[in-house]
Formats: sequence, C-alpha cells, structure tokens
Amino acid sequence: MKNSYDVIVVGAGHAGCESAAAAANMGSKVLLITMNMQTIAQMSCNPAMGGIAKGQIVREIDALGGYSGIVSDSSAIQFRMLNLSKGPAMWSPRCQSDRMRFAEQWRLMLENTPNVDFWQDMVSEIIVENDKAVGVKTSLGIEFHSKAVVLTNGTFLNGVIHIGEKQLGGGRSGEKASKGITEQLISLGFDSGRMKTGTPPRIDGRSLDYSFMEEQAGDEHPGKFSFTDTKPLTKQLSCWITYTNDEVHDILKTGFDQSPMYQGRIQGLGPRYCPSIEDKITRFAERNRHQLFIEPEGWNTVEIYLNGFSTSLPMEVQQKALEKIPGFKNAKMFRPGYAIEYDYFPPTQLDLTLQTNKIENLYFAGQINGTTGYEEAACQGFMAGINSHLKINSLPPFILSRSDAYIGVLIDDLVTKGTDEPYRMFTSRAEYRILLRQDNADIRLTQKGFDLGLISNERYTAFQEKLANITTIVKAIKETSVSPEEMNTNLESVGSAPIVQKVKAASVLSRPNVSLKEFANADVYASINVFSIEEQEQAEIDIKYSSYIQKEQDAAIKQSQTENIKIRSDIDFKNIVSLSSEAKDKFSKIKPQTIGQAARISGISPADISVLMIHLGR
Amino acid sequence: MESYKSIFNEIIIAPATASGVGAIAVIRISGQGCFEIANNFFEGKNGKKNLLNKKTHTISFGTLKHENKIIDEVLISKFISPHSYTGEDTLEISCHGSLYIQSKIVQLFCANGCRLANPGEFTLRAFLNGKLDLSQAEAVADVIAAESESAHNLAFSQLRGGFAAELKTLRNELINFASLIELELDFAEEDVSFAKRDDLTALVNKLLKLVIALKNSFSLGNTIKNGIAVAIAGRPNVGKSTLLNSLLKEERAIVSEIAGTTRDSIEDVLNIKGYIFRFIDTAGIRETNDTIEKIGISKTFEKIKEAKVVLYICSALEIEDLNFNEIFSGNEFIGKKIIVIVNKIDLVSELKPLENRFKEMDIESLFISAKSGENLHLIEEKLLNLTVNRSIENNDLIVSNSRHYEALIHAEIALEKTLVGIESNITGDFLAQDIRTALYHIGQITGQIEIDRDILGTIFSKFCIGK
Repeated sequence: MKNSYDVIVVGAGHAGCESAAAAANMGSKVLLITMNMQTIAQMSCNPAMGGIAKGQIVREIDALGGYSGIVSDSSAIQFRMLNLSKGPAMWSPRCQSDRMRFAEQWRLMLENTPNVDFWQDMVSEIIVENDKAVGVKTSLGIEFHSKAVVLTNGTFLNGVIHIGEKQLGGGRSGEKASKGITEQLISLGFDSGRMKTGTPPRIDGRSLDYSFMEEQAGDEHPGKFSFTDTKPLTKQLSCWITYTNDEVHDILKTGFDQSPMYQGRIQGLGPRYCPSIEDKITRFAERNRHQLFIEPEGWNTVEIYLNGFSTSLPMEVQQKALEKIPGFKNAKMFRPGYAIEYDYFPPTQLDLTLQTNKIENLYFAGQINGTTGYEEAACQGFMAGINSHLKINSLPPFILSRSDAYIGVLIDDLVTKGTDEPYRMFTSRAEYRILLRQDNADIRLTQKGFDLGLISNERYTAFQEKLANITTIVKAIKETSVSPEEMNTNLESVGSAPIVQKVKAASVLSRPNVSLKEFANADVYASINVFSIEEQEQAEIDIKYSSYIQKEQDAAIKQSQTENIKIRSDIDFKNIVSLSSEAKDKFSKIKPQTIGQAARISGISPADISVLMIHLGR
Repeated sequence: MESYKSIFNEIIIAPATASGVGAIAVIRISGQGCFEIANNFFEGKNGKKNLLNKKTHTISFGTLKHENKIIDEVLISKFISPHSYTGEDTLEISCHGSLYIQSKIVQLFCANGCRLANPGEFTLRAFLNGKLDLSQAEAVADVIAAESESAHNLAFSQLRGGFAAELKTLRNELINFASLIELELDFAEEDVSFAKRDDLTALVNKLLKLVIALKNSFSLGNTIKNGIAVAIAGRPNVGKSTLLNSLLKEERAIVSEIAGTTRDSIEDVLNIKGYIFRFIDTAGIRETNDTIEKIGISKTFEKIKEAKVVLYICSALEIEDLNFNEIFSGNEFIGKKIIVIVNKIDLVSELKPLENRFKEMDIESLFISAKSGENLHLIEEKLLNLTVNRSIENNDLIVSNSRHYEALIHAEIALEKTLVGIESNITGDFLAQDIRTALYHIGQITGQIEIDRDILGTIFSKFCIGK
C-alpha cells in the first residue's frame, strides 16, 4: 500500500471533497480519508445548494475552478434565482438537489480527478513532528505520511445525537462519531468548544396530501451555478409550502419536559437563524403559525425533507405534532429529527490560509471551524486545499480579500473575529456587497483561478472573450446617442419621462426602471444584441449601478492600503510596551497578518494600530 | 515607505498649541491638498487669494472668511513637502486663542475635505515619513498611547450623561432601521412581513431630526458657544448693573462677532483671553409683597440655577445686615461656585476689618469698586482661574466636539441620501449603503465599529428567522 502523500484530507464532506480536488488539480498527490465511502459528499441537512449569500459563494468556488457549481447543476431538480426584485447584488441562485445524485456526482468527479486516492477508515491521530503535521494514524493502525493535513471533520468530532431523552454517539443519523482527534489537539494546546445544530424529520412523500399546500415551482427560465457549459434544467420538481398551527404547537409543548435543549443536556450553542421548531414557538409565542417547506429529496425517491421543522423532541411527540399539520394527517416518518452536538475549534487559532497557528501544515476547514452550511464548508475546504499545496511547494499563499469575494469575508471574519454560534454567511456581513455579486464572480475570480492552475486554457480563452465583449458593449452604450424616436415609446411603457433630444444611451440606462430591453428600437441595440445575455447583463449592471459600484470600489482601494502592510510572523506583540494590554493579548492570540486585519479585531483602538505600525518600522 | 505614503492621502487638522489660555493659538493642517483648501477661505491683506504661489517657509497675513463673514485675522505659515514636521505639505494657522474661533476654523476645514487628526497622528506621520529617527520610535509610540489615553478619557467623560444617552438612542434607532432593510435582503425567503416604504420614510425622518438636533448641540459645544454662565446676584442697588457695564465696556468689539449665537443679548457676553463668559444680570433679591417684583425675583432664582458661577454682589456699607450662610443655603445655589463681590470699597475708609471678617466666614471674596474700576481685573482673573483649573475648557474639547460634529454631519448627509433613495424607490441593497455610512460615522463617536453583528442580532431577536 502506498502510504506517502503530499496532502491528506480527513473527511469527505463538502469541505473535504473541494479540498482534495483543489490540491490534486494543482498537482499534489492527495489521499482522501473518510469513515464511509458510501457517504462521500452527503447532504446531511436539506437537499439544496445556494440561497442568499450562499449562492454567491458557490458561484465564486466555480469561478475559481472548484467543483461545487458543476455538481449542483448536474444534480439539481429545481432552480430559482432569489431576490430578483432587489438590486443585482442581491440576486442569489438556489437549487433543490437530488441528494443521491449530488453525492454520486461528487464521487464520480473525484474518481476522475488524477492524483486523488481514497481510503475508508477513521483517523485517530495526527502525526506531529517538531510542531509540524506530517501524517495521520488510523483506527486500523495504519500510518499515512504527508507534507500537509487538512481536517474537515464536520459534526463527527465527539458527535452526540439527541432525540428527546435518548442520546446516541454519532456524527450523523446512523453513523458513528469520531474520537481521539479532539483530545489530541487539546493536548497540543488547542482550545475547543461545543456547538449544536439540528435537522427535521424525513417523511414519506406518498403519505402527504398536497392539496392542502401551496406549490412553489422553479423559475420559468432556470439559470445555473457554473460558468462552465453545464446545462440548465429542462424539467423541474416543485416544493410545497404549508404552516404549523396552534394545535401543532400545543402538542410540541407536551414534549418540552423531555427536550434535551430545555433540560440542559445540550450545552453547545446553536444558530439563532436556524432555530428548532420548539425554539420558534417559545421565542415567538405570539405567532400562531410557522412556515414549513416540503422539499423533495430527488427525482425518484419518495422521501421528503420538512424544512422549518428542525427538532430534537421525543419521536412520538414529533409524530403526533406532524399529523396536525395541514396535509400531514397520514404522514409516515422515515426518520425523526434530531439535534447534534459536536466539537469545534475557535477559528481565531488559524491564519488566513486556514493553517493552524500552533501546528505548521495542519489546516482546518468546515464545521470544525464553527461554521454551518455546505457552501461555507466547501469554500473553506477549497481554500485549504489550495493553500496546503502552495505551502508545501513554498509558493506564496492564496488569500482573498473582503472586497474580492464572500469567501474572503468568511475566512477573515472567522480568523479575525471568531464566532460563538455556528457561522452562516449573510450578505450583510460583506461591506462591499455591491461588488460581490453572483453575476460577476468570474470577472472577480477566474483570472486568479487560472493563475493557480485550476482553470483550463480553453475556459480561460472563453473568459477573456467574454471580458472583451463586455467592454465592447459598455463602450457602445456609453458612446452612442439615442433619439426620442428610438426611445420614447418604450420609456413611456415603463413610466419613465420621455427624452426631448438625442442623449447618450448610458444616461437613459442609468434611470430607475429602465433596462436594456427599453433600447430594443434603438440602432445601438442591434450592435449589442449579437452578444450573449450574460454579457449584456454584465454591461448593463456596470453602467446602471456605476455610482454605487464606484463608491465601494473607492472604499475597497482605501482599505487595501492597510491590507497591503504585512505584519512579520515573528513579531512579539507582548514586547511592544506602548500597546494596550488588550491589544497585546489579542494580537498574540489572533496573530494578525496585515495592519488591516489587526484593525478589525474587536477592542483594538486606532492608537494600537499606530503603535504597531511604528514597530513595523518604515 | 511607499506603502505608508499612500495611506496618508487624507488631510488632517488639529490645534497644535497646548491647552489652556493663550492670546494666540496654532492650528496645524497636514496632507497634500491642504494649500488648496486653505486658499479657498484665506484672503491676504491685499484682498487676493494667493496662498498657492507662496514659497515654503513663508508667513502670510490676512483673514479667514466663510460665506463673506470674517472668522478671524490670522497668520498662515506654509511648509512645502518634505520640509515640514510631518514631511507633508503643511500649514500652521496662527489665530486668536479663543476656543470659539479655534473651533470655527477646525470645523470649517473639516467640512471642506479635512478630517480631525487622531491622537499623535502628526507625530506618526512624521515618523513614518522619515522625519524622526528610528531610535525615537519607542518615544513616539508612548506619545500616541498617552494622547490616546487622555483623549479617550475626555471623550468618555463627555459621553457620560445626556449626550451618551442620545447617541445611544440614535445608534439603536439606526441599527433598527438597518435591520429592517437587511431583513428584506438576507431573509427575503422567510415568512416575515417587511416594513412598508412609508414607515421607512417616517423612520428616516425621525432619525434625521435626531441627528440634526444632536449636531446642533455639538456644533460648537454649548459651553464654547454660549459661554460659561455667570449669574450676578445681590440685593437691589448694590451696583450689579454698574459692575456689569464696567466689566463689559472694553470688550464689546470682540464679542460682537458672535452676535446671535447666545440666547441672551450680546451685551451680556464677555471674552476673557479667549474664554467666553455669559453674564446673567438678575433682579435684586429681597423680601417683597409686590407681585411683579416677586415674579422678577423668582426668575432670578431660575437664572442662578442655569449658571455655573454666581457673583454675589454686596455693598461694603451693609455687610452687617447679611447672613451669608442663610442666603447661600437656598436650593438655587447648590453646586455653584460662589464668589462674594464686595462693592463700593471707595466708600469705606479701611478694608482690613472687612477682609478679616470674610476670612473668618471662609467665604471667597473680592473687594472692588465698580464705579472707580478698582480691582475689577481681580474678577477677570478669578473667573479665568476657575475655568482653567476645571480643565474642561481646553483644546481637547475643540477636538472632541468637532469630531462629534463631523461625524454627525456625515450621518446627516447619509440619511438625506437614504431619504432620496426611498423616494426614488431604489432597492434596499442600495439604501443599505447609505445607512451603513451613517452607522459608521456614529460608530466613530461611540467606538462601536462592528455593524453587521448588531444588525443580525437585532434581526434574530425580533423576527422568527430560519427554516
């Protein structure tokens, strides 16, 4: 058996899979170790990818050359672009996935990636020499050696599943937990904590009466995630919406005395934005109903996912309460909802490449860092895979800034501020939201992906052609004038004032309510319409929202000036006498890598930053 | 070196002279572009705006004017980069020492492209631009840490009380507003109801009112703007008005510049070496059955309550009739600095017994003649002493007040843009840009820099979010 690799990835969820693919595609020999080869890229929560802010992340991964977008497109059963009534920065792609196809697609893509080997086993220990990770030991007693190790353990580290008063050790329903790694890391000096999350029951779709529910269909013209040539859906499955009621709530309340949450058996912190149904009826007692989504799990399966009904109440209570939901009178449960508690390691112990500060060449990605969500996990794994490869080849690290990508916001937030509840991405976390759009993810990132070697020449050529076309369209709109005859009928139809003389097309396009469509009768449109919809849309956004975009670009440039001042890694903050004691402590712990990052640490004053800059010399 | 330089494209301003009283103050401005800004407001004695073509290390005499009103006569020293303290283009404006004038000048520049310097920032720039030796690094760092400490203490002491509460309310309201907007953006898929545009408009209007009210209260700092209130009290005919007139007579020309800025008439304001005192003349206090006079006397008590200092005037001829302990035990005198002014000393033959008497009573007293002007300067010195020793009236006050003012102006602009945005029906993601700008600036005062966590926290606590 070959047991020497460049990079070992522990765990084959969203983070692990992206990690293995990225490192391998860059040229590293990768071993992907999972406790169960049958559950590679398992969607352990709801069968969907994307959503607001999360969809942007999938687009970013795709633009950089990751797999999540392609896998999502080829396993989707429904696609919707959310938030279309808002500005383009808010448009967010989301798909419902066929859970089994999603996992299968991931496995096939990994199997077809040269340089990825697989091994089914539980990693019980990381081999550390001179504060450097050099391999792993498994429960079968095998030692694998490597130059770097990426840990993506998800919820498996000392995972405990709670259903009512029952407690089971496990990382996912029906799967055992992983033991040993937490204890070893603690003995190496890492801090750890507990978090909790939960899932709803899974139901037999054949037992539901959909006539009591509202249908939620996919988009009429479904889009897709990947910038590659994946195909949009031609047929789609619908989701269904129904609501709880007082009767449901009353039944749920009868189980509160056996609730692991309310009886204090669960210590870990759960996410406030993903509350269990028992939390919802307690915290928002004034609401007499809560929305539920019935999400099909795939093209062929009858299993459905009851989104919005996450619970850890006793099974019998779950069943009884379900039956009072409209359409659920005869509901048959496949498996009950549960809460799961697991270990995580506060991410302030990492640097911006996701390498741990304590152990060189050891990387953490995904829920081990206190995040939640497939997309959040996938992008961390992707970045850890890239950076582990770069590190062991002595190449400069790959760090995305807060104005480059949501991925940059996420990692900077984690590493700089930490998190005390499962971290999910929201658009409001990004200060350069108008720049970080799903439509321009390739424009922001594909050049970087190409430079890393993750984008094929063919794709890169097409990308450059797209850029050139957008420039051509923008130029045409900015430089060509349109006349009242060409424009006024269409302007009137959207309630916009007519023009009285020839004006530049760009000035009309900048008006509220006016889109490129209103130029259909203008000569300039003929020269634009030869280009793709995406290219037209890109040019339109560039012009229409230029003042907002410009404002954020200016702010980003200003910010990048402090981001570009690097802090030497050997600096001893405790020896800088003029620093406030809070700054000494926080800098020593978080080890900021740039002045910009240091300034974002909570409790750090401008004076501390000035003092630090003086100590960096000039 | 190069990388630092680019950070300093902002023009910074701050008073450079030490706190306290001085006939002249120096305000320093550093950064590329400061000459152009100053040139907009400076007019040389020959009536020309010619600051730009002056050589380095030259001094120009003229006036600073804003909207055709003269702020002050000044001397402007010009230093062209790299031959300045910071190594950047620098101006030093020598103006009169009045806090009012200094504030006016600082605020004028802040409203026109400068920002207030952070503690130690001139020195930091000097160091990073290579004007100070590396061996001085430690000392420079200490200066910054110390200045920041004292600025922090001052800001903190200022923020206690009313301002703090109002700012907190303002920030909370802004966060609330932002969370309503963000709710629509990040949680469009959730089963929650979103704010109506009319409600949002009403909320922004309310916030604007709050910001404007706060801005006005900060605009020069009430104390600087209105002067320190000094009540002149005493029984009728002890010479209160004569005293006031004597005190004011030489100063009218100077105080006339701030006509209309005080609530009371201009004659009541006195500028002593840059500090402004607002004298409140009161009706004589005595027992009376006359209804109208009673109203006057009760007003007097109200006015005394407003004042920080009470000059209690009595006549050297009727000291025997007064029981000071009883007089000063009244509610209106609580917490006031009281100075007894014994007037009409020109009418007594010997001062010594009087002085001894007050010493025995342990009452601060000054002996003067309002009519002859004898010892009047003692009153001015006393007031000045009190003020300086209280140490709230110094340059830091200008800075912290101007900082608040600057932040509130930016917040106001951002909110007005928000309002326009709502009216023109732009979507929340664009509205949010302006709201966040407002929040950023308020956070500069309150030190609450993180916005997203507060917004999300508000959303999670108010709305049932999550599938």
